[in-house]
Amino acid sequence: MNAAAPDVLVVHGAQKRFGSTMALDGASFALREGELLALLGPNGAGKTTLIRAISGRVALDAGEISLFGRSIAAGGSTGQTSPDLGIVPQDIAVYPLLSPRENLEAFGRMQGLRGRDLADRVAWALSLASLEDRAKEIVKGFSGGMKRRLNIACGVLHRPRIVLLDEPTVGVDPQSRERIYDMLEALTHDGVSLLLTTHHLEEAEARCARTVIIDHGRVIAEGTLPELVDRTVGRHRVVIVRTGAPVTPVPSGLEALPEEPRTLRARVTDVARELPGLIATVAATGTSIEDVEVKAPSLQSVFIHLTGRELRE
Amino acid sequence: MIWTLVRVSWTNLRRDRVVQTLVFAVPIVFFSIFVTIFANQENGTARIAVAVVDEGRSDFSQRLVQALQHEDALRVRATTKSDGGVPLDRAGAEALVRNGDVPVAVILPPGLDAGGLFSGRTSATPHVQLLADVSDQIAPKMVYGLLQKTLMTAAPDVLAESGIAQFDKYAGGLTPSQRSAVTEWIAELRRTAGQPSGTGGAALKDFGLPIDTVDVMRQKGGGNLVSFYAAGIGVMFLLFSVSGASGSLLDEVDSGTLDRVLSTRIGMTGLLAGKWVYVTLLGMLQLTVMFVWGMIVFKLDLLQHLPGFAVMTLFTCMAAAGFGLVLATIARSRAQLAAMSNIIVLTMSALGGSMFPRFLMSETMQKLGLATFNAWALDGYLKVFWRNASIIALWPQVAVLASLTIVFLATARLLARRWETA
Repeated sequence: MNAAAPDVLVVHGAQKRFGSTMALDGASFALREGELLALLGPNGAGKTTLIRAISGRVALDAGEISLFGRSIAAGGSTGQTSPDLGIVPQDIAVYPLLSPRENLEAFGRMQGLRGRDLADRVAWALSLASLEDRAKEIVKGFSGGMKRRLNIACGVLHRPRIVLLDEPTVGVDPQSRERIYDMLEALTHDGVSLLLTTHHLEEAEARCARTVIIDHGRVIAEGTLPELVDRTVGRHRVVIVRTGAPVTPVPSGLEALPEEPRTLRARVTDVARELPGLIATVAATGTSIEDVEVKAPSLQSVFIHLTGRELRE
Repeated sequence: MIWTLVRVSWTNLRRDRVVQTLVFAVPIVFFSIFVTIFANQENGTARIAVAVVDEGRSDFSQRLVQALQHEDALRVRATTKSDGGVPLDRAGAEALVRNGDVPVAVILPPGLDAGGLFSGRTSATPHVQLLADVSDQIAPKMVYGLLQKTLMTAAPDVLAESGIAQFDKYAGGLTPSQRSAVTEWIAELRRTAGQPSGTGGAALKDFGLPIDTVDVMRQKGGGNLVSFYAAGIGVMFLLFSVSGASGSLLDEVDSGTLDRVLSTRIGMTGLLAGKWVYVTLLGMLQLTVMFVWGMIVFKLDLLQHLPGFAVMTLFTCMAAAGFGLVLATIARSRAQLAAMSNIIVLTMSALGGSMFPRFLMSETMQKLGLATFNAWALDGYLKVFWRNASIIALWPQVAVLASLTIVFLATARLLARRWETA
């Protein structure tokens, strides 16, 4: 993804109140062209409200949303979704008694596709979702992964330039998740910009170019993983040393985990320089070393650092 | 785009056998049961069971009992057992009424004779008594009327003799030739007395006002009672079906397809229009299946009334579909929709005449019924099938149904706004 790519979707100061609940409290971020951007946040943070506001289904109390420089919601909403947008809801939003082909044809027609163009797009979408050989079977009997792939295919059929995906991999096995992310990668390769919400942080870390973290209706962090790490938990590494027996006293610069007395932990900023000294220190106690693990800061640690461990439900 | 939604709904219907059964099979089963039970009773209403006690056992009272036994409308029981036993007495007859075995008992007192009918009532004139179970409001009145008629026809010779004697006494004596003719006439009356209604001899036919019943509704091959039940049951089940079919809107909300559909170019207005067109067509198909079934099985003359049927079916289904959409847009869930539509549809069907003909209701109830959708639809169908009315004559029903359609669709559109934006 090109860091200099233009912004295709800009949310600025979005505010929305439902009764006494402030669902959005000035949220701002931008989605770049051809980017896969993860929108993360605890339950109730405002992700779904934000997605619905972008798709024209929630009228903002204040703030502005613009697509390709055109404002689509400035303190209000028409209830209409821009044709530049594709929507992939969290629910399997397809007709279960129709086949994949029938579903795609139906939603394609609703999007204004006709004739040869419709046939071509349906064939493309079936290929994208790897459902060509199941195209005529009724969706009701499909696995969760197949339904999810069809759910995405229906949302991108009409060549949207931006696609909003609300937890597109929820409830599916790892193989299906991989296939789904392959689909998304194919879309970004074609220049489509994707904004996805997910609770699978490791997926966001591995697959998304940038991340936006939202909490209490505000964007509290935005950037690539290294940028987020730098701004939050820092670029240190955690070294974990597992010994053959509990080490007492614990050498300076290390700490023992209370629940695992045979495990020692230390933070280092320069692994190459500091790791040999740590190993030598532990070895000097006469205890055998069984394993050494060096862990980089993860999106999970950034997320917890920013949003805390408190349950939101 | 609207046709896309119609096609999606149609495909769903083709693949859902439960819905197919509810929409097409259940209504014609109910229709067949109703027609079999009610419409095939061409011989009229059931005979009224009546107990008769002859306390006097005079010639006149015995002839009266015989005449009552010959009445088509009555099933007379004069003995303690239905297939024999000893003659009933007052206590036995009263017990039969109290036990609900018969709704009425007739007590013929001692001293009852025809001469008394012409000699004027005195305090000594014996009174016939009717012991009645008043929970049946029709039977005692019918028996009262038939008893009066039977008193006149059971012993016409006695009545005539008594009348002539009065005439002879107050208007001057009869000539010998008149007396001879009267004697001959009275002999003929005695011969034919007590025969069933309408089968008496020429002499007896001269008694009373001649009355003929003419069935003007069925003179020209029209007016099949089956049409009433086809329309009544058809419209009621149509309302159930459209409520269920319109509930697919709630399914779209639950499954998330509503969000997806609203994100397309079709929008909420297009979505409602698509649902309305589909439900209207489904309703038309359902009513057509019902009437075709009536034509094949119960000889309903559908083909002769095809234009009127088409007009009424179109406008009825358009309004019904609109009504279904209103219910669906009011309801918050499928369960709520089912409960609400059951109550509303059954109430409307009862008031509107789907279950019970409105012409048998009180005037107030008939007027109240006009506030329902069913009444206008049924009136239209009855005009077509029962009164052989022209299409032009359907304009009041068509106008009301078309107006209701517009009101229903506007209401549904207004209510559906809650799904568009928050």
